[in-house]
Amino acid sequence: MSELTSAAVPAAGPQDHVRGDGEELIVYVDLACPHCAAAWESIVSLPDRIVFRHFPVASKHPRSPALHAAAEAAGAQGGFFGFVDSLFADHGHVDDPHLWRRAERLGMDIGRFDAERRSEAVAARVRRDFESGIRAGVARTPAPFRQGRQVPIDEVVSLPSGQG
Amino acid sequence: MIEPGSKAPAFTLPNHRGEQVSLADFRGRKVMLVFYPADFSPVCSDQLSIYQEVLGLIEEAGVQLIGISVDSSWTHNAFRKHLGIDIPLLADFHPKGAVSRSYGAYIDAAGTGNRSLVLVDEQGIVRWVHESPSVLEIPGANLIFDALQAVA
Repeated sequence: MSELTSAAVPAAGPQDHVRGDGEELIVYVDLACPHCAAAWESIVSLPDRIVFRHFPVASKHPRSPALHAAAEAAGAQGGFFGFVDSLFADHGHVDDPHLWRRAERLGMDIGRFDAERRSEAVAARVRRDFESGIRAGVARTPAPFRQGRQVPIDEVVSLPSGQG
Repeated sequence: MIEPGSKAPAFTLPNHRGEQVSLADFRGRKVMLVFYPADFSPVCSDQLSIYQEVLGLIEEAGVQLIGISVDSSWTHNAFRKHLGIDIPLLADFHPKGAVSRSYGAYIDAAGTGNRSLVLVDEQGIVRWVHESPSVLEIPGANLIFDALQAVA
């Protein structure tokens, strides 16, 4: 992670987590960010193809890296968006036992989930998204991009009280 | 704003612990000065948080990142703890905004600094300047790496 000079936001690829159909909307998300939680339901209700990108800001939300790793591990068992929806629907329960319970509820193999969320491969996957966000100039979340350009979140969805 | 090629105006300001810090203390290293309007404001919080995430890499590149606003040392201290950041913050508090003014980074109408980045080289010369078109616009951390590449 030595070269974080400006670069265009990467186009959606096979490794991205994608949901829905329609115009493509790439969104950099911090799973521990209250603005993201507030906007999530509106974002996924858009008639768009949502491309999820990890953007954990650890200094601001110390639990964020663990949540992103857990979502990625859930994704390995086919439950990425189920896990993300579950986190955003109940943002107050994010300690390890809560994560296990969420994974259990989604029908996952907990042993595998727990091993994978701590793996270097998962950390590298999250970091790759984070770095691409930094290079594309992401400084706040949620950070949506349409056709390669960052657009203000309030042009995409209405938030309860601005982005703060 | 101050122009690249100018000698960086010397200053001595108290940091978040009340210790006097001078630009001259960093002679021989690059310094990225981050002028920002106000501790605890939402945009400034986001800006410093995002820089914190890549602070290790900025320091690895041999650059000292320093935040400057018109807030006091005490406020800086609380703000750093609140954000969980390690970036040193200098208090351009008294006389208010004098250092920011000397860099052309003070907004009279607002009574605060603007949102700008100033890269000072090892010899104390300004090498690169970025002023946000609006104080609500955060210069991404990518711009810091662009600047370092441009002056390398």
